[in-house]
Amino acid sequence: MTRSVTELTVTPEDRRVAWLATAAVGLSLVDAAIPSPLPGVKPGLANIITLVVLLRYGWGTAVWVSVLRVLAGSLLLGYFLAPGFFLSLSGTTLSLLTLGAARHLPARWFGPVSLSILAAFAHIGGQLLLARFWLIPHDGVFLLTPVFAGAALVFGTINGLIAAKLLADTPATDSPR
Amino acid sequence: MHWLALFRPGDWLTVIAGAALVGLTIPLFWQGGLADRAIIRQEGQVFADIDLKAKKQIEVPGPLGITLIAVEPGRARVVSDPGPRQYCVKQGWLMRPGEIAICAPNRVSLQITGRTKVYDSISY
Repeated sequence: MTRSVTELTVTPEDRRVAWLATAAVGLSLVDAAIPSPLPGVKPGLANIITLVVLLRYGWGTAVWVSVLRVLAGSLLLGYFLAPGFFLSLSGTTLSLLTLGAARHLPARWFGPVSLSILAAFAHIGGQLLLARFWLIPHDGVFLLTPVFAGAALVFGTINGLIAAKLLADTPATDSPR
Repeated sequence: MHWLALFRPGDWLTVIAGAALVGLTIPLFWQGGLADRAIIRQEGQVFADIDLKAKKQIEVPGPLGITLIAVEPGRARVVSDPGPRQYCVKQGWLMRPGEIAICAPNRVSLQITGRTKVYDSISY
């Protein structure tokens, strides 16, 4: 076997991001397989990974894992660069920004459940705004806001609880950054 | 470990605030409630006032011919109209209180109303 000219050094951090992103992509696929009564109402199971990563490895890793998930998930599900991709990206961006701010909340009072709910609302908010200003420039888009907001609350709470349980059940193997 | 133990005190606040936000969006975005009745007018006179519960079709005669209106649970539309530009047909399904399709050439209008009245203009 000829040796490659360019050598890519893979750090343990890279491996970790790759594994976590793989888990998130897997959950995205599960998400897509769950039948939904309304386009846009999804459990968002991959956000469990984002939350666990955020609380265990920090915001930077969470951004990596989320962006890789959106990219790889859209490639696998066949909507890369389609409107759904940009909706997913805008929702993820806004929810990551929200998580970046919300993780500074006192941890004794606000746990993964709070972070998850805030991220879910930010996610649907980002998607609705992009849909309103780019895809469907009409206020009619906002008609479904109560449904989306309700779904964000319910799924945000459930995902937050799952993330909290995962964090409680699996002790940190390496120190958070 | 019990699920409720995973809630931290502030998490309850977040849940309550979230529920309040959802509650707020309902009156904000669903003004007027759901579509309840369809009022069909011909020459400005009420031709029919239909409950949007059953599926049916109504033929409304006008000066140009028959305007056909379809009613389904929660929505109504103009199916066909003898008018030249077909604006009221192209509007498709009307399902929000206050929505109206006007077939001006045949002098027929179809309006959706809800439980509470939505104003399309207010003057003082």
